Amino acid sequence: MLDVKVTRKALRTAAGQRRTILGEVAFGLKSGEVAAVLGPSGCGKTTLLRIIAGLDRDFEGEVMLPSPRKIGMVFQEPRLLPWRSVRQNLLLAGGVAGPVLDSIVAALGLAAHLDHYPGELSLGLARRVAIARAFAISPTLLLLDEPFVSLDSALALRLRAELVALVEAQRTTTLIVTHDIEEAVALADRIIILSSQPGQMVADKFIETPRLAMTPAAAAQAKIEIEALIAEA
Amino acid sequence: MPVRLLSFLLLLLLWEAASTIAASRLLPSPQAVLSVVGAEAASGALAFNLAATLARVVAAFILAMAVGMALGVAMGRSKAVDRFCDPWLIVLLNLPALVVIVLAYIWIGLNEVAAIGAVALNKLPNTTATVREGARALDRGLDEVAEIFAMPLKIRIFDVLLPQLAPYLAASMRSGLSLVWKIVLVVELLGRSNGIGFEIGTAFQLFDVTRLLAYALPFVAIMLAIETFVVQPIERRVSRWRPQHA
Repeated sequence: MLDVKVTRKALRTAAGQRRTILGEVAFGLKSGEVAAVLGPSGCGKTTLLRIIAGLDRDFEGEVMLPSPRKIGMVFQEPRLLPWRSVRQNLLLAGGVAGPVLDSIVAALGLAAHLDHYPGELSLGLARRVAIARAFAISPTLLLLDEPFVSLDSALALRLRAELVALVEAQRTTTLIVTHDIEEAVALADRIIILSSQPGQMVADKFIETPRLAMTPAAAAQAKIEIEALIAEA
Repeated sequence: MPVRLLSFLLLLLLWEAASTIAASRLLPSPQAVLSVVGAEAASGALAFNLAATLARVVAAFILAMAVGMALGVAMGRSKAVDRFCDPWLIVLLNLPALVVIVLAYIWIGLNEVAAIGAVALNKLPNTTATVREGARALDRGLDEVAEIFAMPLKIRIFDVLLPQLAPYLAASMRSGLSLVWKIVLVVELLGRSNGIGFEIGTAFQLFDVTRLLAYALPFVAIMLAIETFVVQPIERRVSRWRPQHA
């Protein structure tokens, strides 16, 4: 169970004024549910994710995390330890060597790279390691911040498919932040739409078609409905 | 390497030639120095004094590195600590080594604690200043990763913090070792009754240059060996993960 109730998040600007960067956002996630937070650039999506992760405690409202508190997070940049091998990166974050970790590594195509250092990997591979690291701890909550940004679209599609397979296999409660409607439709059961800055929750839409049964036609239909919701807001 | 060796041999030859021309006991030949080294080594006096000095070098070095590192990290990460400690650091950085040593002997007494403490206090501000630079450049993003994944303190120190500080620590180690072993000799000269510095002081009073060199040169050789075979390999090891340049 994840329960998020943010009423306001403000920053003090250099001029001394308080600027609201995130308005009212409230939603809950059931165990195993996958939701996407969708909104334009600069609407406070990343801030929302940082509040949920506990990295930003200066906000009005409250966040109830699933228990036990085990958060796997994928940042926009891979944020690996460059002086440790891929294997060590997975283990140091709390991954336990064993069949679960092996299956995660295999699903992301990392088996051949376990002894490499992050500096020797392409961005796509480094992203995969960051995703593997988040899954490796068997998290009760998985947070992903635009995990496929600045990858070419073919690679982004492949990684998206791998992510869907992992989420299905691990049944992890997941929250993905993205500005890409298609990505949100492809990954999530549920889409939370934020308005432009300051971000405020304007819609909470369930996708009826299950992820694995999604057809191009159903996805296109969902996209049109979401675009309509954004236009209304 | 052959050029270095050649240059070293040339230095020995020049020394030999100069000592022959001068024909004075104030400039002994390399062979004369070597025979005293042999005699002192055979009696065990050389090893005893070398061990005493090396023990002081190691103790002062470890003390200065440990305290300097802790202080440097604290100052680099917290503005308040930095503002508070900065004036102290500036005073220490600008206090002549001799003043620290003499004051330590006067206030603490002519003992080992004063000797090692004074040497460490001379090295401390350099380490602190260098490590502070490193701590200021720490990656906030990796801190957040450590927090999210609830990494234990041991992993945060050895796998997140220290590798980032490694280049700064290596720089401070290299300059620190050479500073420490030079100051240790002064400390021994002024207030200890064994060690290389003490022997050099005795040789000075007797104007015995042969004996002076017979103690100084083996010590220099050992410090160079430590630098080459201990410090440099550590430095290479900690930077192993960096992609190799072609």
